[in-house]
Amino acid sequence: MTDNEKQTDATSIELLSFRVGGQDYSVDIMSVREIRGSARATSLPHAPFFVKGVINLRGTVLPIIDLAARLGLQTGEDTERNVIIVVDLGGRTAGLMVDAVSDILAIPSEEMQPPPDLAADDARTFVSALTIVDGRMIRILDLEAVMPPQGEEVA
Amino acid sequence: MSDPMAEIRASFFIECEELLESLQDGLQMMDDGDTDSETINVVFRAVHSIKGGAGAFGLDDLVRFAHRFETAMDEVRTGRFVPDAEAIRLFFACADILGDLVRAARDEETVSEDITGPALEKIDVLVGLEEEEEEALDFTPATLSFDLDVGGDLGGLPNLPDLPDLSTFPTAFETEDEITDLSPVGGAKGFQVIFKPEDSLYASGNEPLYLFRALRDLGDISVVCKCGALPELDHLNPDTGYLSWMVTVHTEEAELSVREVFEFVDGLCLLEISPLSGPAPTALPELTPAVSAPVIPPEPEQAAPTPLVPSHPILPPLADIEMPNAPAAPVVKSAPIASVSDDAEDEFSLSSPNATSGPTKTTGTPTQPRATVRVDLERIDRLVNLVGELVINQAMLSQSVAEAGLPPNSPVSTGLEEFLQLTRDIQESVMMIRAQPIKSLFQRMGRIVRESSASVGKEVRLHTDGENTEVDKTVIERLADPLTHMIRNAVDHGLESPEVRLAAGKPREGHVTLTAQHRSGRIVIEVADDGAGINRERVKEKAIEKGLVPADAQLSDSDIDNLLFLPGFSTASAISNLSGRGVGMDVVRSSIQSLGGRINITSQEGKGTTFSISLPLTLAVLDGMVVRVADETLVVPLNAILETLTLTDGDLKALGPETHVVQIRGGFVPLLDLGAELGYRSPLDSYVGGIVLLIGQEDGNRAALAVDAIEDQRQVVIKGLEGSYGRVPGIAAATILGDGQIALILDPMDLVSQASGRTKIRQPQHSLVG
Repeated sequence: MTDNEKQTDATSIELLSFRVGGQDYSVDIMSVREIRGSARATSLPHAPFFVKGVINLRGTVLPIIDLAARLGLQTGEDTERNVIIVVDLGGRTAGLMVDAVSDILAIPSEEMQPPPDLAADDARTFVSALTIVDGRMIRILDLEAVMPPQGEEVA
Repeated sequence: MSDPMAEIRASFFIECEELLESLQDGLQMMDDGDTDSETINVVFRAVHSIKGGAGAFGLDDLVRFAHRFETAMDEVRTGRFVPDAEAIRLFFACADILGDLVRAARDEETVSEDITGPALEKIDVLVGLEEEEEEALDFTPATLSFDLDVGGDLGGLPNLPDLPDLSTFPTAFETEDEITDLSPVGGAKGFQVIFKPEDSLYASGNEPLYLFRALRDLGDISVVCKCGALPELDHLNPDTGYLSWMVTVHTEEAELSVREVFEFVDGLCLLEISPLSGPAPTALPELTPAVSAPVIPPEPEQAAPTPLVPSHPILPPLADIEMPNAPAAPVVKSAPIASVSDDAEDEFSLSSPNATSGPTKTTGTPTQPRATVRVDLERIDRLVNLVGELVINQAMLSQSVAEAGLPPNSPVSTGLEEFLQLTRDIQESVMMIRAQPIKSLFQRMGRIVRESSASVGKEVRLHTDGENTEVDKTVIERLADPLTHMIRNAVDHGLESPEVRLAAGKPREGHVTLTAQHRSGRIVIEVADDGAGINRERVKEKAIEKGLVPADAQLSDSDIDNLLFLPGFSTASAISNLSGRGVGMDVVRSSIQSLGGRINITSQEGKGTTFSISLPLTLAVLDGMVVRVADETLVVPLNAILETLTLTDGDLKALGPETHVVQIRGGFVPLLDLGAELGYRSPLDSYVGGIVLLIGQEDGNRAALAVDAIEDQRQVVIKGLEGSYGRVPGIAAATILGDGQIALILDPMDLVSQASGRTKIRQPQHSLVG
């Protein structure tokens, strides 16, 4: 039973890695609900700059976050090749628009490093840990920080 | 394992709600002068059934109250007491209290004696009854426990604690010879009752013992219990009732009175009543195959002469049973046997020859008035959502078929047409599932009228009309508060005191009319009173005094009427207990508006006031106008749009550096650019030739919304935005269009109230200098 193996091997976590703005990021695969192709989003008035709008995900209204804009990275051209990672965080669902999905990685937790303290970089506050895979640095995204503010009016 | 008792209890309370409703209906009919005995019976039965159920659950407060109420109703039923208007009012009050008690019992709260006591006293005085506390308490709850002590050698009898009581009857568990002895002597007055309870009779908390006791009240009875159906202990199912009884009643009463005893188990048992003096009941011979087993299950020897041989693990089919007894049994029997095999449900009932017989079958068939299913609202909402998806999907499919260049009369296209029709039908049916008659709400209003009229000392009669009008469940729920307030207002402020009414030549009793009807896709609810009408002089004075309008304001009658909806307005000079507690008509209006409704007043001096509420039929779909602005598609609720027009040069007037107004038939309306207000684009250079939607607001203010194009007018399924994203200013919700794209639904009131009104590009400051 693969499920059991995963559970017994509690020291490693599985990550979905993807590229956005030329950098490698990843999220805990348990929070990923699905990956889908990009669709034209209906823009929301008075929305923060990083909220691209909402799309129809099989009948539910899904807000789309332009992750590159959110992380303050270079936003490339909007292309059809963009991919939306639908993530679920504590019952809230949102779509993260990224350049491409790369891989699924199993990383032992001891190989996770806290990000160094670099106050100058905006993106740093969205990164909860760092790790190295095949010589590439993978940033682990802090989903909570990325999600749009909820509850109060988004004005 | 879920607690079956809790389930039964829950269904009892749901049943109670239904009974309370029919109780209210019956009382209302009596109040309207219906003296038909069936009406009174309905009322009586409702109270009785509540009492019966409450007894089974040991809800003593409820039983005690229901019992006294029932006793009073019984007096009415038997014609010993003819209720007048006063009495019916009291009955209504009692029905209300009964409802309170039921709800209190459900929520495991208690209702103070202060409320129940006086009503009970009044009712006793009214009907002229003695206190019957003792009898009330005598109504011991029937036990619902069917646990069997299998350890003992006690057989298939339910373990009834009341069992010893049976000894008070001449009960027999006898052999067939003795039964024959019991056969009626020709000419004796009375009835032979064959009573075979079904399992559901026990499950619903009924108890044969009480039925027999009731029969005893009619005259001498002798009871024979038929235990022939009892299986071996190994095969005994504790939830199944195996016993049936033959009761001989010697009575002068008519058959009807005997039948009445079984009224409440109608449909839960097989019942055959035949006069003693008549021909021997056909069912009697059926007893023969059944061995009359004593309470203690038969020893093998005892059972030997019968087919119930313990060594048979499963009882032989009925036909086999009949064989050995054939000589003893008359020929008549063959018919019942055939029907046994037809509806045999399990091996045990199969083995019971008296499980059914021709004539009893008809009485035994449960008569269900209407079959209903209770469904979690969430599931219905899911279904509504899915059907919304289906509609969208269908539209997308049609679009791709059209794009594929198939001719319109191709089989695919015609198939799609039919598919479209079907999806629309499904959508309508699903919406209807959510709809409920507004009756329950109207009944609650009846109570409000009764209570509020009593507290201000007015005599008020409530008329309701159109109570079967169906409205979305959510609408009904959210309408309760505003409607309560309006009814109280009508009673308190609308209607005059009896003296004033008499002086004005009106009947002493005031009338409040509550009507509901469907009108062009909306539901219209009206609350009308025949009171003095709005005193416009005073309303205006008051508004000026409160600084709500300037002292020199020129106001039309309807302007003045609408002042009532302003926050902080209350005209009642004497602030009464009922209304004027700071919650005004403004709250009523905003709650109606939040349902997508409108409210209007019409009033005629001396004749009365009518409030009319117009609501959408459902909160799940909305009629909207699909418009395009700055490449975005938006839906504007149709009910907010007064008209659409194309701007001409003459209509458009600049006002200040950045804003425009539109002149419409002598009035000026601010121009708002929808694209600019939503931040989709900068204001345009010119709006001449542009399309505007004239938006009307409940406060009478208007605004002109400039859009790029009007695309369509259609019904859209509302999808909340708040759950997934949060509230967006100016936007009410979202919907999904035929192409699968999300379109936002505008909230015109919110948009207008937050609008900047900027319709000109701001001139750079330095340009003035340079």
